[in-house]
Amino acid sequence: MTRILINVDIGTQALIDQDYPSTLESVDQAEASVLEVSGQAGFDEDEQHRIGMAFRECMVNAVVHGNRYNRKKQVHLRVTKSNERFTIQVTDQGEGFEVQEVPDPLDENNLLRHSGRGLFLMGAFMDDVKVRKVSPSGTEVTLVKNVEPRQ
Amino acid sequence: MSVKISTRQVGDVTVVDVSGRITLGEGSSALRDVLRDLTAKGNKKILLNLSDVSYIDSSGIGELVSGFTSVANQGGTLKLLGLTKRVKDLLQITKLYTVFDVHEEEAHAIRSFA
Repeated sequence: MTRILINVDIGTQALIDQDYPSTLESVDQAEASVLEVSGQAGFDEDEQHRIGMAFRECMVNAVVHGNRYNRKKQVHLRVTKSNERFTIQVTDQGEGFEVQEVPDPLDENNLLRHSGRGLFLMGAFMDDVKVRKVSPSGTEVTLVKNVEPRQ
Repeated sequence: MSVKISTRQVGDVTVVDVSGRITLGEGSSALRDVLRDLTAKGNKKILLNLSDVSYIDSSGIGELVSGFTSVANQGGTLKLLGLTKRVKDLLQITKLYTVFDVHEEEAHAIRSFA
């Protein structure tokens, strides 16, 4: 069961605000929570699937490439919803990476690479993706899905 | 639901039936092990039946690509059968749909190896 928090100060509803250990089990648990709250937020099944895929790629990157499965390091997940957008923030405690150094997986020379599609898929399934380094070390990835006005 | 994989022989084609989720961890490693084993045993015609695969992540895509290239490097061919709409969409988004030889019907796919 996911705890619902209300942040009155900025008028945004916080749906998840939680730390996870750096394990693949955490990825599954967090994915289930994100899918649950995305459904509660009113997204249809296809959009929930896209949100879930983007989030899973993001969480895997945090656990595997960011924290490198270090159980002493946490992945922080924060999910919020306003009238305009559904926002997922995933923050790891790793060494960080340069977005511009990630090879384009659609480049003909990279098509048959084993890995390197995660960040691309996040962008494909969400309306906006932002990556920034955080202090003292770590990476914060923000995934945004716009909320369609109700008819 | 985790992944389940079984193999069967149809003529000289090895059909690999996969169901469940092909994701980082158990799912992708199980698929990698099966394809490596088939390649090591000299199987050169492999049909990967994904009709019961509900979900593939980027790690799973990576295993499909690695399987495709490793079988090709051994002089064989790996083809795909029965993609769900979501898996098909994923391969199209990643520009891999045209890399693979994809079939909708098993009999047609088997004949295509001849």
